[in-house]
Amino acid sequence: MTTQESRKLWLACGVGLVWFLILLWPMLGIQPEGLEFAKTFKVFGYIAVAAVFIMFFYQIQEAGHLDIVGDPIKSATSNIGKIYEFLPRWALLGIVLAIAIIFPLVTGRYAHDVTISVLIYICLGLGLNIVVGLAGLLDLGYIAFYGVGAYTYALMSLHFGMSFWLCLPVAGVTAAIAGCIVGYPTLRMRGDYLAIVTLGFGEIVRLIFNNWMSLTNGPNGILSIPRPEIFGYQLKSLWMLYYVILAIAIFTIISVYRLNYSRIGRAWEAIREDETAAELMGVNTFLLKLLAYATGATFAGFAGAFFAARMRFVGPESFTFLESAMVLAMVVLGGMGSIPGVILGVLVLVALPEAFRGFELYRMLVFGGVMTLMMLIRPAGIWPAKRVGRRSEEAE
Amino acid sequence: MADNKTPILELKNVVSAYGRIQALKGISLKVYDGEIVTIIGANGAGKSTTLMTICNIIKAVEGDVLYKGKRINNVGSEILPTMGLCQVPEGRRIFPRLTVLENLDMGAFFRDDSANIKSDVERVFELFPKLRERRKQLGGTLSGGEQQMLAMGRALMSRPKVLLLDEPSMGLAPLLVQQIFNIIKMINEQGVTVVLVEQNANLALQCAQRGYVLETGKVVMEDDADKLLTNPDIRKAYLGE
Repeated sequence: MTTQESRKLWLACGVGLVWFLILLWPMLGIQPEGLEFAKTFKVFGYIAVAAVFIMFFYQIQEAGHLDIVGDPIKSATSNIGKIYEFLPRWALLGIVLAIAIIFPLVTGRYAHDVTISVLIYICLGLGLNIVVGLAGLLDLGYIAFYGVGAYTYALMSLHFGMSFWLCLPVAGVTAAIAGCIVGYPTLRMRGDYLAIVTLGFGEIVRLIFNNWMSLTNGPNGILSIPRPEIFGYQLKSLWMLYYVILAIAIFTIISVYRLNYSRIGRAWEAIREDETAAELMGVNTFLLKLLAYATGATFAGFAGAFFAARMRFVGPESFTFLESAMVLAMVVLGGMGSIPGVILGVLVLVALPEAFRGFELYRMLVFGGVMTLMMLIRPAGIWPAKRVGRRSEEAE
Repeated sequence: MADNKTPILELKNVVSAYGRIQALKGISLKVYDGEIVTIIGANGAGKSTTLMTICNIIKAVEGDVLYKGKRINNVGSEILPTMGLCQVPEGRRIFPRLTVLENLDMGAFFRDDSANIKSDVERVFELFPKLRERRKQLGGTLSGGEQQMLAMGRALMSRPKVLLLDEPSMGLAPLLVQQIFNIIKMINEQGVTVVLVEQNANLALQCAQRGYVLETGKVVMEDDADKLLTNPDIRKAYLGE
């Protein structure tokens, strides 16, 4: 590396650190007791030292002094890659499935809790992936359909005594209807306008949950929702519920996979690429966009019904805009349109914050930083959709 | 052209507008089966709008669009390809993140005769051998000329009776333009009626049998292509003399 390049790098690093300080101080330094500087500089000092250390490390690596360490690692990763290619797909899937099935037997309650929320978000992420990743419609109010599913189960089971298994498809249908209701008037819009309208819809649904006292019990929420039963036996433990949501998630993954590689999936992608051109090719864009909305909403409805059964409580504050944004972040971070990508995105955004519980205070700071970094380094997501000729090859 | 036949495509006094601004101020034109008809005119004359109005992407405010004698003003854009009316829109508008083969498949989206679709793909590859080489590549990675070929191939996959081509020469090298026009003639010889919208009036008139000249949303002249080609006014206004 030439001196000029290295000077440029150090300059960028320095400017970045100054920026960071400017951003950090208002967050840490402005206290109710007055202005404080010591704490800011303490935190800033740690980060500055870390940044300088990383810079040194990077420069040494660029200069090739680390090849002694780097080369074995590189060969090891390529070997792992070879094993991965060598194993047939079904074997890999089998291993993942086996791990998923054994998992609750060897772990505790806390792990069950986290994995259940991971699986719920997988359903949500994959559902949203249909709308955003395949059909290319930015939906900022997706969580509303999750809420509709949750309230459907809660109300149906409490008022009509319907079982969970009967309510699950009903929740899917009501969510799909909600999807059509929002879709019908709004899908004539494109891009930014659609995003704003869906954002509004999400809020409307939450406010309905919040204010329709006679039906939803308002902000108090609905309590003591019955647990799911199998042949009259109540699923009391968390690990039993784990298997329920695992089944729902697997169903979601298989359906989304099938949809992805179907004619409808191709038409969705064509709409995402160029709506007018798709229409000129004989694609009924309006109907297919409505279908994308309804299908995406259905999976959210399933997840919502399970959520109500698992928490045994639903309240409007579970369905805020922040949740919609989180699910969208999972899809974008993982890789739009890619099933393994979305699953990875969910794992990263649900499991990692759990792992970093120790840094409770800085969690959101780190979260924002990671998101920014990811979009800079891998804008297509962690596991981008592999789109190069996959289906065409299969057809031959 | 014999006037006693009914035209396969006819516009009668079509008016269409973007908001309040009228883009077409009463266009009438006739296209007969088996012809190449070209629509020429300056920028903003309404050439592309005419094609978009035929395909009902832009709604006609007044007048009739007739296809095979039937009024198609209210037929949805997505139905028209199934009736044999297909457009290659301006700027190609292929699907950039679908492969070449998938793009072609999208052209046959409404068809369900998979065996014929396969042979049609072969036919397109024979017309455009470059596409065969690139069939697994993403559409967006093709060059401009290849994208134009892909857009035309995609339209041919719907087995059109009438093919509407919007500026196929746009942004292409002269050699490629010539090639594209040769292919247009070949397609026409296979029995496809072609409506060709072009800025490159010279080439378009050489290729077509008849031509319409558009000026600010109105047809100002219609004649046989070779007569237009020798018309001094036209030569002055559109052929740069």
